[in-house]
Amino acid sequence: MYQYDEYDQRLVDERVAQFRDQTRRYLAGELSEDEYRPLRLQNGLYIQRHAPMLRVAVPYGLLSSAQLRKLAHIARTYDRGYGHFTTRQNIQFNWPALKNVPEILAELATVEMHAIQTSGNCIRNITSDPFAGVAGDESIDPRPWAEVLRQWSTFHPEFAFLPRKFKIAVNGAEHDRAVIQAHDIGLDLVRNETGETGFRVLVGGGLGRTPIIGEEIATFVPWRHILTYCEAILRVYNRFGRRDNMYKARIKILVKSMGPAAFAEQVEAEWAHLKDGPSTLTEAEVARVAAHFVDPNYEDLPAEDVGYKALLRENKAFAAWAKRNVRAHKRPGYAIVTLSTKHKDVAPGDATAEQMDHVADWADRYSFGELRVTHEQNLVLADVKQSDLFSLWAEARDAGLASPNIGLLTDIIACPGGDFCNLANAKSIPIANAIQARFDDLDYLHDIGDIEINISGCMNACGHHHVGHIGVLGVDKNGAEWYQVSLGGRQGNDTALGKVIGPSFSAEDMPDVVERIIETYIDERFEDERFIDTVSRLGIAPFKARVYAEREPQRKVANG
Amino acid sequence: MAKLIRNRRVEDDVYTIVTLSEGDAPETVSLPAGPALVPLAIWKSRHDELPEGSGVWLAGDEDPADIADNLTALPVIGVNFPKFADGRGYSIATLLRSRYGYTGELRAIGDVLRDQFNYLSRCGFDALQPAEGRYSEAQLEAAIASFDDFAEPYQASVAVSNPLFRRAQRAA
Repeated sequence: MYQYDEYDQRLVDERVAQFRDQTRRYLAGELSEDEYRPLRLQNGLYIQRHAPMLRVAVPYGLLSSAQLRKLAHIARTYDRGYGHFTTRQNIQFNWPALKNVPEILAELATVEMHAIQTSGNCIRNITSDPFAGVAGDESIDPRPWAEVLRQWSTFHPEFAFLPRKFKIAVNGAEHDRAVIQAHDIGLDLVRNETGETGFRVLVGGGLGRTPIIGEEIATFVPWRHILTYCEAILRVYNRFGRRDNMYKARIKILVKSMGPAAFAEQVEAEWAHLKDGPSTLTEAEVARVAAHFVDPNYEDLPAEDVGYKALLRENKAFAAWAKRNVRAHKRPGYAIVTLSTKHKDVAPGDATAEQMDHVADWADRYSFGELRVTHEQNLVLADVKQSDLFSLWAEARDAGLASPNIGLLTDIIACPGGDFCNLANAKSIPIANAIQARFDDLDYLHDIGDIEINISGCMNACGHHHVGHIGVLGVDKNGAEWYQVSLGGRQGNDTALGKVIGPSFSAEDMPDVVERIIETYIDERFEDERFIDTVSRLGIAPFKARVYAEREPQRKVANG
Repeated sequence: MAKLIRNRRVEDDVYTIVTLSEGDAPETVSLPAGPALVPLAIWKSRHDELPEGSGVWLAGDEDPADIADNLTALPVIGVNFPKFADGRGYSIATLLRSRYGYTGELRAIGDVLRDQFNYLSRCGFDALQPAEGRYSEAQLEAAIASFDDFAEPYQASVAVSNPLFRRAQRAA
């Protein structure tokens, strides 16, 4: 992974000093609340329901074991012993004291970490494929490009005060695992007919209050020009994006109101002045960054480990885990392992300091000292030998990180919701836990198969409910918490927004509602047909009919 | 007298910043006797009447292309920040310096805070004028340190014309 040099390190150290002074001036009354707010937000610091919340950047989801141990230490020393991995591939701490934040940032800087631009109206953490570099369907490794973009966007002086937040995702594989169609800029690495690397550029996607799928504005921007092209997009947005209404301030609104073709023309006109300028990338720079992402020292192994195969036959629980949580690796004899944070007793994405220490140890022993955070809020050990899978599984099971449920109904994405977040209209975590508790039969879960449930506590959509096969949105009606259900959303290559099935439900009805939806699927599915494909084939009508018609008389449904 | 920071030094300012209140017409509003920074509408309609040394200030939604042909006649251009979190002025300054080649004084006015000095100066502002009364003279002096919050930025800007990957030999 990328290692800081003296320049990277100096920048994060200077940030610590800057923020320490800003916090000192705020506490001394020299900076007003309104003045301090954007400054702290650009440092990932929110003032939340119970305490400040600090969001630490995990660039494109990559972490070293040393970094994870530091996060465990911070959870233990400055927080309540746990952290929360987010859909932005970052980690949040829910209970730090404001006065300690400069010290936490100083500790993070010792392991090449920071909280820069994890919030605020600036270019946020660049996200990417959690299986980058190891997936078999990858054509171009997105990590060096994500790092080049990270450096370009860090403290960019022109774009620190945009109309709204700005999110960029990069994909380099056949299957898009970075949800690029739901980002302000989605970058798809491609090769042209001469074999040159470049980017297909999507713009104006995003979830939130007004969910929109991104539009392609360029089929091929050669790699040398990607920074100047992004600069042109950002400049058009910074100048012409709406600032009168924060709900209409995202670039998607500008693209929609201008039309993608007209927007693309504006970008081209701006780009004409920037193209071939100093920010044009050089081969030397790309090679320098790419050198940080070369393959580790893989052993030459047979494609299938004999011992692993035998254990799969002998141990049903291990086989169930391997089936869901282990993926094929591009190298023979290796595997990609997803450690599940999803369990009916914990919030999706939460990990304790002890669990983080365990994962760091496994990363060192089994996966070249690295791991990844997924936008589904799980952790990935990307380079595990098949022969190590059984011992890793046994240890992960003891640590509560081996739920065999990746991609299954209980692998729920959920934002922190009303338990933690000031913005939320409703709770998310108890809904996720109640659904997980209802579907606790493993055989049934595996029989239901691939399905994604995404829960957001408000329409800011941190739980990405629009793109969940089943989407759950917490809404407030006259001071009470209700839940609106949508079906048919999906992420990936065919990203689609779900359709709301009807009036919202009370919290206690949500497990029943999901159960009715699943029963409808079981009744209607063709053999081997995935849930989302059944929904696509039939539409929402049969699901809606079952959910509302079969409701018990006492079930509460809110109008509208 | 109002204070500003010009080329990293606290100085007295002789300019009057003219704003149009509701009901004021650019054609009839009274102008000061000394040098003034006036809104684009006044500058367009009355620049022959303006006192010697006067300049124009742009609002966030105004296009620097509108004054691109007159830059040599302008000793100073202001860019107004109605709120410090309104970042349009950074792009306006970048365009004035890099696209249109403006070399006179470029002054940030309005809601200007020391926490933006580093970014503002990198986008080409050489004069920064926080709202009157926002900082004491001692605080303004102390604020000069903020220019150097970051010594070696990654990206190119008006003040640093090459990105780090062209300025420095970075080890792989």
